[in-house]
Amino acid sequence: MADVEQLCRDLFPEGHSIAVRDGRVTGRATVAGETIAILGTVDGALIGADLAFALAGEVLDIVERAPGITILLLVDTGGQRLSRRDELLGNAGFLAHLAECFEVARGRGHRLVALVHGDAVSGAFLSVGLIADEVYALESATIRVMALPAMSRITTIPIERLESLSRTSPILGPGPAHYARLGAVEAVWRDDEAAQALRAALSRPPPRGDRRIALGSERGGRTAAAEVLRRLGVEP
Amino acid sequence: MEHLNFEFGPFERRVPLKAPLIVGVVGSGNLEALLEPADLGGRVRFDVSTSIKGFAPTWSAVLRDVAERLGCGDLRVSINDAGATPAVVVLRMRQAQAAIEAGE
Amino acid sequence: MSAGTSYRESTARERIARFFDAGSLEEWLPPSARLSSPHLPALGLPVAFDDGVVVGAATLLGHRVLFAVQEPAFMGGAVGEVHGAKLTGLLRRALTDRPDGVVLMFDTGGVRLHEANAGLIAISEIQRALFDARRAGVPVVLVAAGANGCYGGLSIVGRSADAIVMTEEGRLSVSGPEVIESQHGVEEFDARDRALVWRTMGGKHRWLIGEADALVDDAFGPLREATVRALATPVPIDLATVRAAHRALERRLRRFGAMDDAVEIWRELGLEDPEGVPMAEVAALVARADTIREHGRG
Repeated sequence: MADVEQLCRDLFPEGHSIAVRDGRVTGRATVAGETIAILGTVDGALIGADLAFALAGEVLDIVERAPGITILLLVDTGGQRLSRRDELLGNAGFLAHLAECFEVARGRGHRLVALVHGDAVSGAFLSVGLIADEVYALESATIRVMALPAMSRITTIPIERLESLSRTSPILGPGPAHYARLGAVEAVWRDDEAAQALRAALSRPPPRGDRRIALGSERGGRTAAAEVLRRLGVEP
Repeated sequence: MEHLNFEFGPFERRVPLKAPLIVGVVGSGNLEALLEPADLGGRVRFDVSTSIKGFAPTWSAVLRDVAERLGCGDLRVSINDAGATPAVVVLRMRQAQAAIEAGE
Repeated sequence: MSAGTSYRESTARERIARFFDAGSLEEWLPPSARLSSPHLPALGLPVAFDDGVVVGAATLLGHRVLFAVQEPAFMGGAVGEVHGAKLTGLLRRALTDRPDGVVLMFDTGGVRLHEANAGLIAISEIQRALFDARRAGVPVVLVAAGANGCYGGLSIVGRSADAIVMTEEGRLSVSGPEVIESQHGVEEFDARDRALVWRTMGGKHRWLIGEADALVDDAFGPLREATVRALATPVPIDLATVRAAHRALERRLRRFGAMDDAVEIWRELGLEDPEGVPMAEVAALVARADTIREHGRG
């Protein structure tokens, strides 16, 4: 569980203004003299229909009120909300709608950058995080599909085996370093260098298209995926 | 995982198979078999990858019968097995044989 | 419904043979290419030569389409590195091939936990490629009619498509009944209550609430026709359209957000005999509910 107020103080020496409520953070900040929009989840919030809907509304407000502004997603989520009510209401639709709102923003020239500072889990991370053009993570963050004990129970693979495999393979086991090696996280930042790292990241041009498989292949984490794309006649 | 190979024949007749053919699925108690024409001097070669170890003699016996029933060679059969019983192995190979004879 | 005509009971390759026009199939990276999972052998698990998904091109009632059909029996139809890359690559090919559409047949639990991180990232890549295809003018339609359902991250990908075609047997949800029960107890969700599972996540409810766009019988003719109809009505990805969808979801939350069970929702929609919905014939339900159901896109 990460403190978003402290994070913003550390990240934005040039100033920021945020509001935190109902599991989300919104606001503006200045980085290298430029105003950026801030949006994200806080306190490991679980994303169900209501929060996904609220976040989608925030994205649309940004698009309508601040054309072209860079959007920095601050990611700290415990995953999708596991509840009968959220599935009854169609959580998939809400999470997809949120992703589509980001897609509209991207199409209208908004740069989407995500920073994982707390937890990033599974389906929630898809819509608030992996949807971005680039994802960064603090060293202290966690990124995972599922906790190892639950994975062990469902796959019936003994947890010791999972733990030992995750030491050598980035495919299993949580952590920003694994996701960086697989190409999903551009870089992992030391917590105390985040402000400079963010400034440097925003000063670089955004990537063109989805280059994660190419990156994952370069870093040795996902070479099979790149081979598949090449054999399908598509540039990784 | 266990990887087994067997070769039978040679048979005089070449398998009338022009393009690779797949039967079955890799689900619990099931297997997939990929059949491909190959230059094997009339022999049939089986490459089996199975998650159930220790059944090499059973595989050998079952696949020998399959090869005899097929009665033709220059065929490579690659199997991914997830615990199929001999009956299921025979069923899948019969499906393959039927598909070959139907000219699929 | 005999096995020869039930989508639900067919394998992936049977589905392809029965759904698309005879003789039109062109499989890309077929089993003989042997692009299987590089990760499963280390876990002592058998691989599939196509890693559980068949991709390629075909025609559908004469329309040229690209397709991806998951094999439900292999690893629960779940997404691993290679499987995911096949889906991503297929959707990226749509940008240059310019087919009349892409047909996705998901029958899946979502991420293949045995390849967890690669699976999750792949799902994001599939989603991005899907949005790119739609923005390039290639319609994408999901058929969710299999026994595994369409769960996990791929349910979100599915709802990122232009339309979803479902049967009553199909299911679409992010979290499965078992995981909800294991986290929050049987009071929250009794995973063994099949009627509850289908009321909450099944095709009829999804169609009535606007998560699915078409509801048909578990047979290849109706599925084919509904898919072709869906391909003909793509949805733009732009501010106006997404604002309309936002209003539709706001209405869904407002109308149904306080309800406890699907039957209450169906009653609120104005359905006569809401308790009878699970037993109703699909054609009859569609006839009487088409004008009163919610549409997810505004």
